[in-house]
Amino acid sequence: MNLKPETFSKIDQLIPRYPEKRSAVLPLLHLIQEERGWISNEAIEWVADKLELQPINVYEVVTFYPMFKQKPGGRYAIKVCRTLSCALGGAYKTCKSFQEALGCEVDGTSEDALASIEFVECHANCGKAPVVMIDEQMYEGVDENAARKLVEAMRAGEIKPARED
Amino acid sequence: MAVEETRIIFKHIDRQGYTNGIDCYERHGGYAELKKAVGMEPDAICAEVMESGVRGRGGAGFPAGMKWKFLDRKSGKPIYLVCNADESEPGTFKDRQIIYKDPHQLIEGMMITAFAIRAKLAFIYIRGEFFEGARILERAIEEARAKNYLGDNILGSGYSCDIIVHRGAGAYICGEETGLIESLEGKRPYPRIKPPYFPAALGLYQCPTIVNNVETLCNVKHIVNMSGKVFAEIGTPGNTGTRIWCVSGHVRKPGYYEFPCAALTLGELIYDICGGLLPGRSLKAVIPGGSSSKILRADERFKGKLRDGTEFDWGINDIPMDFDSLSAVGSMSGSGGVIVMDDTTDIVEALANINYFYAHESCGQCTPCREGVQWMKKVTYRMCNGAAREEDVELLRSIAGQIEGRTICAFGEAASWPVQSFLAKFNDEFVAKAKAQAARNASGEAVETTLI
Repeated sequence: MNLKPETFSKIDQLIPRYPEKRSAVLPLLHLIQEERGWISNEAIEWVADKLELQPINVYEVVTFYPMFKQKPGGRYAIKVCRTLSCALGGAYKTCKSFQEALGCEVDGTSEDALASIEFVECHANCGKAPVVMIDEQMYEGVDENAARKLVEAMRAGEIKPARED
Repeated sequence: MAVEETRIIFKHIDRQGYTNGIDCYERHGGYAELKKAVGMEPDAICAEVMESGVRGRGGAGFPAGMKWKFLDRKSGKPIYLVCNADESEPGTFKDRQIIYKDPHQLIEGMMITAFAIRAKLAFIYIRGEFFEGARILERAIEEARAKNYLGDNILGSGYSCDIIVHRGAGAYICGEETGLIESLEGKRPYPRIKPPYFPAALGLYQCPTIVNNVETLCNVKHIVNMSGKVFAEIGTPGNTGTRIWCVSGHVRKPGYYEFPCAALTLGELIYDICGGLLPGRSLKAVIPGGSSSKILRADERFKGKLRDGTEFDWGINDIPMDFDSLSAVGSMSGSGGVIVMDDTTDIVEALANINYFYAHESCGQCTPCREGVQWMKKVTYRMCNGAAREEDVELLRSIAGQIEGRTICAFGEAASWPVQSFLAKFNDEFVAKAKAQAARNASGEAVETTLI
């Protein structure tokens, strides 16, 4: 498994903090995904080995939690909240606007691999509807126009991607 | 005249110049209560919390002191404290403010609680999307450790405890305390059956565990500060302390507002505090306590008897905002997420939106929920896209009725209550919608939806 030395050292510091090794499954998967952008089968086997588990024990976690990706996405990951308060604030239009600006569907990636779009459930920021996350950053009150502008900003490289690759 | 906010938990939040660093927190009197607490007997702190009557702020409203009392102290196993910071009930966004803007308040509340229940180790289970929130908490924990507010031999008391920040990964079911525990153990968050798996006896790693919401743990700090007795004087008997109401949807000033329990009515919250509805709009319905609480219709009359025997006859605007009043009108205060809908809202679409959420979030463990919630989603979706069938309203009612009470955890109720209450209160709209869709189908006209 090829990870940065600092990621390996974070992993080694983290595991012994838990009373039981298995508890480190989610944090390890987060660290790997934050560096690689997704969780490969190799990563699943590596985590299992590291925590003395069977690969299936890790695989069932990866497949359950919506945040873990099993295939690479675009350079940016756009997550539009679709739950009620955001929908009342126009989230469906916002999402459509992202789709049009990027020329791809929900759960898809734009042809130039600039961004992937997901329509996700509540981000716990309902008072600022509609809300959108781009990688780790939250954007509030994103209407159709703001969505188009965000895509332009991504194209122009004005938004720093979470991963450098 | 409008009721004034009473900010206890949110006292410093959003104040100009207030930062989330430890120096600022200490300048504002922070950690004084922890210093006081470590000089007290742990049982005395538990007694104060019991006397305060503080009820859980996560949704169920169970008295925290009682929860602590159920701890199995005889087993000799280590005790764990878990802060439920998975904030994911749609319409709720209060814990986020505490985590991002005043993390030390939570840490102090947790360390007092950990000391009181004699926890060996504490966890903050924070939702995965709070990337920055998790970093803020980790930094705050290190700041607190450097000052000996946590870690080894806290403030010379001989008591040691650490906090681990543990991120979830986007699953609503992790807010259910036994699902959260499974997740913390590195598994799929399948809720456990109770009995026997009451966390206070068989929780994390099968050890006695207390799981409390962020806001509840912050309250512990204030209970130590003012004493349980004084805390219990805020609000009304059985509904003590303040509550943070998160208002979203069709109001002019959505946001979070802290008031003593029962200090204001739903009408005052919407019109005086949140600036009312948009121009020219009228109120259609309110979901008062997160999306799983039962919907209230604007023109309903609520009649009945409160727990203490007083009779009430309220319109929607007269309902006092507290635990017991909202449950007396057949709904609940839940997590404090008030979702307001005006007359432009298509109620069938709103339910379809909610059903989509629950179908996405069902963990799949129990058949009635896994199959039933998907089915309800499918039915409400076709009601919106033009393929409604005549029997759909009855079908929905029947599915919801067969999920409720037949699942391991309360998700079954959380998913059926919206369906049951929407149908009970807006039956005509569901029927009218089905007819209109059928007619539109015949004409071949395209269907436009806004909420689904």
